[in-house]
Amino acid sequence: MAILVVADHDRGMLAPSTARVVSAAAALGAPVDVLVAGEGAEIVARAAASLNGIARVRLADAAALRAQPAETLTPLLLRLAGDYTHIVLSAGAVGRDVAPRLAAKLGLMPVTDIIAILGPDRFERPIYAGNAIQTVHAPQPFQVLTVRASAFRPAGSAATSASVEPLEPEGLPALVRQLSEARTEGDRPDLATARIVVAGGISVGSAEGFKMIEALARALGAAVGATRAAVDAGYAPNDWQVGQTGKIVAPDLYIGIGISGALQHLAGIQGARRIIAINTDPEAPLMKLADYALVGDLFEIVPLLTARIEATQG
Amino acid sequence: MKILVAVKRVVDHTVRIRVRADETGVDTANVRFSMNPFCKHAVEAAVALAEAGHSSEIVVVSIGPRQATDVILTGLAMGAHRGLLVEAPETLETLAIARLLAAIVAEEAPDLVLLGKQAVDDDSNHVGQMLAGLLDWPQACFASAIARTEEGLEVTRERDFGQDTVALALPAVVTADLRLNTPRNTALPMVMKARQKPLETRPAESYGLDLAPRLTIEKVTAPPERAAGQRVADADALAAIIVRERAELELN
Repeated sequence: MAILVVADHDRGMLAPSTARVVSAAAALGAPVDVLVAGEGAEIVARAAASLNGIARVRLADAAALRAQPAETLTPLLLRLAGDYTHIVLSAGAVGRDVAPRLAAKLGLMPVTDIIAILGPDRFERPIYAGNAIQTVHAPQPFQVLTVRASAFRPAGSAATSASVEPLEPEGLPALVRQLSEARTEGDRPDLATARIVVAGGISVGSAEGFKMIEALARALGAAVGATRAAVDAGYAPNDWQVGQTGKIVAPDLYIGIGISGALQHLAGIQGARRIIAINTDPEAPLMKLADYALVGDLFEIVPLLTARIEATQG
Repeated sequence: MKILVAVKRVVDHTVRIRVRADETGVDTANVRFSMNPFCKHAVEAAVALAEAGHSSEIVVVSIGPRQATDVILTGLAMGAHRGLLVEAPETLETLAIARLLAAIVAEEAPDLVLLGKQAVDDDSNHVGQMLAGLLDWPQACFASAIARTEEGLEVTRERDFGQDTVALALPAVVTADLRLNTPRNTALPMVMKARQKPLETRPAESYGLDLAPRLTIEKVTAPPERAAGQRVADADALAAIIVRERAELELN
């Protein structure tokens, strides 16, 4: 049997999460196919086909799949399910939307937000905002899984690309009509899979203050994150929120600026390899958790750091 | 329209939980329980729709132990009209919960089911999507705005790239994200009044469904502790550390 990974993509680009989901799926011990479902997604399919460890890419190209709605993707996946033992998605907005719907249709329990694969039916997932880790045994005939992409290393590039096989996704239902999108424009890397994240808290004080955070991120080639309080205050857009209810990040380096470290936020950065914190309050939870903590005024420190780092790259 | 809101009783989100030493789960003895925060957003959305003249009946349902009556009373105090407690063990899986809710939907025939996007205990984020799947209804998950239209609803959803707005016909399932609204506080007179509202209790078995667990939780452990960190003297020293850390990244 085989495993089907559902690719993440947006605006004609394969998302960085997919390479990580492919490497997670490879640990299940069977050949991995990738499904690219969308409209005009041939370029995405070719990008997916160049990932290492893939048997083939299946391309479902249809107008109804443009915004990847759960009501349309689910029947498509039900048609394909017979060829597989596992369907694996990333725990992003699409995967969270689709996996439980699909599992319910199959009369199964989905296992979601997986951070470690111990075997084909044994997984680790966090509960209580990451304050506890469950080991789940799922003795089911078929598995619907979502994995936290940030918990897995990305698959590399293959020497020769896998084949792309088109499907004929006709007659799929469309129950929901997308009217508009509001995108956070920016040139920063994808937050959920970035290797370096620079994040700001309420002490950054304003949207203007976040420009300073962005400048440091730009100097480091980092993604920008924010706490729930900073987002609530309107300093940063919703999709920058890191935490239990926002994005989960696991960068090699996380720099938290003016962040006290509420439980909810710490839940989102538990996978970070190194944590640096800057805060006036040495007793802040994030300062105590950090590998390196600097006590001081962020408005003095951050521009200085940015200048120093820019200077090192000439 | 008639709205069904499903709510869950969970360990209060401000409680710092402890994993049991025998790794069988989380210690919930003597801790405070309350309505899951996302469920509060769902109740608030239902009450706001009613106040805007779009709904005349809100039924609040919880599936759980007898103590879950408390979160139903919270929902009634916020403005729901009628309560239903389905008595069941706390360990029911999300598939079983979704199956029970689908049976309740068949009896109650609501036009809209509102739920929180996830419960902050098991962080599953399943039930709304599973229920919509079982019913073959449209779903709008992670909602940050809901508007009633002639066609049905327009819902703004949190996506990875920002937000989008979708149109869907009723009946439908909508799950609440935290920016949907600000849940109202319930003053004592509202709580007293809630006790006068109808509240029915039914055992889960009475629905005649397969609620058997599919999964086994083999163990629950605390996350690994981080090594102690160090204080950095000044910004120059920190800049040097960042430059060094980044150089290491480039080698890996």
